[in-house]
Amino acid sequence: MTNGLDEASLPRDNGELVFEAPWQARALAIAVALVEKLGLPWDAFRHRLMNEIAKDPQRPYYESWGAALESMIVDLKLTTPAALDAAAPTERAPL
Amino acid sequence: MTTDHHHPTEIAPIEARVAAIESVLVEKGVLDLDVLDQIVQHFEDNLGPMNGAKVVARAWSDPDYKQRLLADGTAAIKELGFEGPEGEYMVVVENTPKVHNLVVCTLCSCYPWPTLGLPPKWYKAPAYRSRAVREPRKLLAEMGTDIPADVEIRVWDSSAEARYLVLPMRPTGTDDMSEEQLAGVVTRDSMIGVQRL
Repeated sequence: MTNGLDEASLPRDNGELVFEAPWQARALAIAVALVEKLGLPWDAFRHRLMNEIAKDPQRPYYESWGAALESMIVDLKLTTPAALDAAAPTERAPL
Repeated sequence: MTTDHHHPTEIAPIEARVAAIESVLVEKGVLDLDVLDQIVQHFEDNLGPMNGAKVVARAWSDPDYKQRLLADGTAAIKELGFEGPEGEYMVVVENTPKVHNLVVCTLCSCYPWPTLGLPPKWYKAPAYRSRAVREPRKLLAEMGTDIPADVEIRVWDSSAEARYLVLPMRPTGTDDMSEEQLAGVVTRDSMIGVQRL
């Protein structure tokens, strides 16, 4: 660190866990990587997320995130709902 | 639910869906597994309120920096090396004895990732998103923060293009503290505006 601040003394753990489960971290990373790779503005994803949250305000946040991601890649013709059905694992991959 | 017999490899529908999205995009060559791993790592290791705390501590210690920070948040925050998605247009709002600032995103969960990391769960909840605008004083009191009646509460809705960071008032009794020590007293909640230091 150039400014000499001590990481350990800073409020890193001030609050809840960032992710409740690893798949939430993957969902976030996929959205970030996808807009970057396709050269889209972040808003391209954010608007979909807003719509999904508005559609079902009580749904868990990262489920709305997943729905936004799916609608984006289907609209971009990167995949189809049927292809996603086929690719969905039935059990968690072993660690 | 017979949780006793819950199979450890059972997978929730949303988890399976996200895994499917990932495998389809990787297979198509649109995404790279290493890149995804790096992004997750970056969020876990490098982004968080400790970054915002450094910005606040610098502003408290250096009047010129504070002036730059209030004039152009994005550029001043970048001076300390913090930038990236959700941090492209940063607006820093200063608490004073007469004004208390509170940040919300009424429509989704916009939040300044480079300076605060990812938002806490309550920030994304419908209750916070609606009540922060409708009855901020009552909401803050319920969260343990009483704002005196003669202090104006300004609510900043991040749903526009801007991401907001609250510059809290420097607590009394910190005159002898180094910048590093000051960063240690800055909390995430104070930079969202749900807490006073």
